[in-house]
Amino acid sequence: MSALADMVLNGAGAGAVWALVGLGFVIIYKSTGVINFAQGGLMLVGAYVAYNMHVTWGWPFWVSIPGAVIVGALVGMLLEFLVLRHMIGKPPFSQLMVTLGLLFVLQEICANIWGLDQLDLASPWGNDTVSILGAPIRVDGLWTIVLAAILVTGFFVFFRYSRIGLSMRATALDFEAAAAQGINPRTVYQASWAIAGAVAALAAVMAAAAPNSLTPALQLSALIAFPAIILGGLDSPAGAIVGGLVIGIGNNIAARYFGDWMPWLGQSFAGVFPYVIMIAVLLVRPYGLFGTKEVRRI
Amino acid sequence: MTTLATAPEGRVRLSSRSRARGLGTRASAQLRAFPSRWSRIGLVVLALVVVAAPFQLTDDWLQVLSVCGCFAIAAIGLNLLSGYTGQVSLGHAFFLAVGGYVAANIGDKAGLPFIVWILAAAAIGAAIGALIGPFALRLQGNYLAIVTIALLFLSEYLFNKWTNITGGGGNLSVNVPISIGPVDFADLGSVGFDSRWQGVFWLIWILVALAALLARNLVRSRAGRAMQAVRDRDLAAEVIGVSMFRYKLGAFAVSSAFAAVGGALYLGVIQRNISVSSISGIQGFVLSITFVAIIIAGGMGSVWGSIVGALIVQGLPQALATQPDLLPFVGDDKAITLTSFNNLLFGVLIVVFLLFEPQGIAALWRRLKARITAWPSRP
Repeated sequence: MSALADMVLNGAGAGAVWALVGLGFVIIYKSTGVINFAQGGLMLVGAYVAYNMHVTWGWPFWVSIPGAVIVGALVGMLLEFLVLRHMIGKPPFSQLMVTLGLLFVLQEICANIWGLDQLDLASPWGNDTVSILGAPIRVDGLWTIVLAAILVTGFFVFFRYSRIGLSMRATALDFEAAAAQGINPRTVYQASWAIAGAVAALAAVMAAAAPNSLTPALQLSALIAFPAIILGGLDSPAGAIVGGLVIGIGNNIAARYFGDWMPWLGQSFAGVFPYVIMIAVLLVRPYGLFGTKEVRRI
Repeated sequence: MTTLATAPEGRVRLSSRSRARGLGTRASAQLRAFPSRWSRIGLVVLALVVVAAPFQLTDDWLQVLSVCGCFAIAAIGLNLLSGYTGQVSLGHAFFLAVGGYVAANIGDKAGLPFIVWILAAAAIGAAIGALIGPFALRLQGNYLAIVTIALLFLSEYLFNKWTNITGGGGNLSVNVPISIGPVDFADLGSVGFDSRWQGVFWLIWILVALAALLARNLVRSRAGRAMQAVRDRDLAAEVIGVSMFRYKLGAFAVSSAFAAVGGALYLGVIQRNISVSSISGIQGFVLSITFVAIIIAGGMGSVWGSIVGALIVQGLPQALATQPDLLPFVGDDKAITLTSFNNLLFGVLIVVFLLFEPQGIAALWRRLKARITAWPSRP
């Protein structure tokens, strides 16, 4: 029982980070039809800004988190204003590649400001654990679940009830019809990028909450989140959450048991296990668990 | 268009002068590998430059240009896939690694001659590329991009696991023969070369020329037109009888073959060492993006553009690595480190070209040429 609680709760803590990263991907994919590779760059910006506020300027941690989230949203809007706005209507390949270019630019800007060393975000939890059902559960993982739940609920309420949320849904459904109804696509894109930047910042702060874990390699979690969004469905916000949790928990189970069941795979297999799942999903059900099924034969 | 192409000689006669300038008003002219007299003259000049370079340049510069040559070959491959067939790949580094390991096992361990291992790299690269091809039949754009990234991480696991091919320990030093018949490019004392780099430079740039010729001929053939039809409108292409299966698979196979040859040369002849962490996983991702930056800056859908792109995107960082004083603000103890500068360069090149000139340097050149040919009137 305690082993199960260990795997599920700690897995969910890691999965909540992927769920947040995945949500950022999905929001931009839904409104623009492009996977935003710059998501990892936005994460770096968020985490380093939180570091700067908390450690360098000495702001309280609970002020630094919303601070980083706001800065993340502003950086997202800035990217949209400077670059992505001008890519509307260009081929999908170009749009995808431009976000890759932005990833490298953001990454190097962060590396030049904050360096390449391991930094300590000095979160109040450190490596603390609490005992639940006899298993040591990381406190930062639990807080990740709580904060992710708050932000995600906020997002769904916004998406469901606010005017901009309605515009976003309409634009995702039919770009031209929405524009014909007087919805300004620029507002929608701007809002999408702001939300993506905000969730990326929160995901990054929580991913780097353990001591000495803030490094530029943090942006990798964005690449590792792909299996989660593919599993959930590229255009489904709820799918991103479910996919993130499933992959997070599944990965923990894989790391625990694969060595015993299939020793010839080796310990390192757990690292690529999510990708194996992802490729299987792509071949069998490319639109994922909750994604919109595209009717198109190619 | 058809009447122009089939008109008998003399009906739509252009003056020989305008034809030589490559206005390309005739379909037959556009199908030629080298459409105008000027392009042929330019080619001869380029060939002379390549022949003369090892006598004039220092070893540092020859090394820089040799690396660019390897990257150019692999970039031509990516351009055939992305630029001509419209299939996204962010896992190009994987195929370079395949080429590198083929060189290590067939050229070094088995000790077979250059011709054998370079052709084996191409063949095995093509075969593995053809295995990835079916994914492109089911998935498009964004999804294909993600699958090709997954390839990099899965291959990192495989390379670390499959130690009788990759040497184990994540590192494998390679020493391959580079002689064609009696000519050993590693030791060309007979023409007065005293350094290995002089011969390596010739070998690699001869292969760049062959690769470019091959690619140029491929894209102006029936297969090349089919590839471009797949890129421009896949549904319409299939309706008029272009087999999606054959051309997507073929594009992946050909592209991977080029990448494997470039990788075999880069890892086997220049680096002479293959480290798993530098060609797969996250570094493999950075390497793959380098190729994307090369074809975007050089020009999507342009064979020449791939070579020019490689010279710019790979040449500048390589030159900075060997000539630390080239740019005053780049260096390990200066304003910005070399790695940082390289990554920033890729990023900025990709963003700026996509924003302002998506067709890359090739399009800038075409416009410049049109302006010169049409002068004094505006094109």
